[in-house]
Amino acid sequence: MTAGFLGALTGLGGGVVIVPLLTLVFGVDIRYAIGASLVSVIATSCGAAAAYVKEGFSNIRLGMFLEMATTFGAVFGAALAARISTHSIAVIFGFVLVYSAFLSTRHRASAAVTTEDTRHFLPDSLRLDAAYPGSAGPVSYHVHHIPTGFSLMFLAGGLSGLLGIGSGAVKVLAMDRAMQVPFKVSTTTSNFMIGVTAAASASVYLNRGYIDPGLSMPVMLGVVLGSLSGSWILMASGTRTLRIVFAVVILILGFEMIYNGITGRL
Amino acid sequence: MRDRKSSISDAEIDEIIGNLLRAGVIVSSLIVLVGGGLYLARHGTESPNYHIFWGEPSDLRKVLGILKFASSYSGRGIIQAGLLLLIATPVMRVAFTVISFTIQRDKVYIGVTLIVLAVLIFSLAGGG
Repeated sequence: MTAGFLGALTGLGGGVVIVPLLTLVFGVDIRYAIGASLVSVIATSCGAAAAYVKEGFSNIRLGMFLEMATTFGAVFGAALAARISTHSIAVIFGFVLVYSAFLSTRHRASAAVTTEDTRHFLPDSLRLDAAYPGSAGPVSYHVHHIPTGFSLMFLAGGLSGLLGIGSGAVKVLAMDRAMQVPFKVSTTTSNFMIGVTAAASASVYLNRGYIDPGLSMPVMLGVVLGSLSGSWILMASGTRTLRIVFAVVILILGFEMIYNGITGRL
Repeated sequence: MRDRKSSISDAEIDEIIGNLLRAGVIVSSLIVLVGGGLYLARHGTESPNYHIFWGEPSDLRKVLGILKFASSYSGRGIIQAGLLLLIATPVMRVAFTVISFTIQRDKVYIGVTLIVLAVLIFSLAGGG
């Protein structure tokens, strides 16, 4: 059983896959599954961040500022998870899966770099604008629509706490689309935030007794092995076919979660 | 002048943070691995039941309880201590960011980071 876990997780990885896998295939209670998933999300985020921070892409100020929204959201989501039924959690999880399957098939429209400098009321005192290393020296950028981004981050944190996922997709969406932060900056900064957000949720789960050592151990070790062996990078930068297969799998898992949640099997 | 000074320390801080995160993941994985070995050696043949939700005993929930349990060489306790260290790694990172903003005398962000740190410690201490 442990070997099966290890093999499967190194190949797939990601909180989005771990929870449905544990609940649908292995029949684990969804609360235990979310606890184990959060642990693996932290491991992945920290492992990847160690490589990212040195490149200087992530914007620590922006990350920390938005972290106020995500950690509060995470604690709120984790508190909510204890109050609503596991069926409802399964159904919400299913909808998030279906939505992310939909997102991942769409070609990422490279965010148009807006050069005009407008809207200057909040960012100035917060000094969120920064620069990242480009091929021809530092490229500076401007952060837009801070209230929208901040609210989306609260939602991302809430989903993370409720479902045990990194909700990196929502975070990148908030930074990339709403706040118009350059793509590389938004992915690395969101990775940094995922770890901190998951730590906030995982703490609440730990105190509730939702994190089981026997279950989390193979999941965590599998994820760490997977990220070390580099199958993660393969997954993230995978080919178009791989991405479509992944989206279909997520879509099926999503419908499965919704069905099982409604019929009360989860 | 101020910018130049802070950009130098920024690079150094990034270096330290990177090493901190990597060390956190590696050390906690090793602890979990050791605990997992002990756990499987003792209970490997039993078939665990995670379908029915019991919740963990209180010794595996609270920070002090986990440390106490781990010091008795219980496999589950050691795994849980490793998981605790993993959860604490991003918290340590945030704490370290407080220090770096203090060095840079960035009052706004000392405040912002302290709020984040407070939420994290609050939930780790069981207030959430």
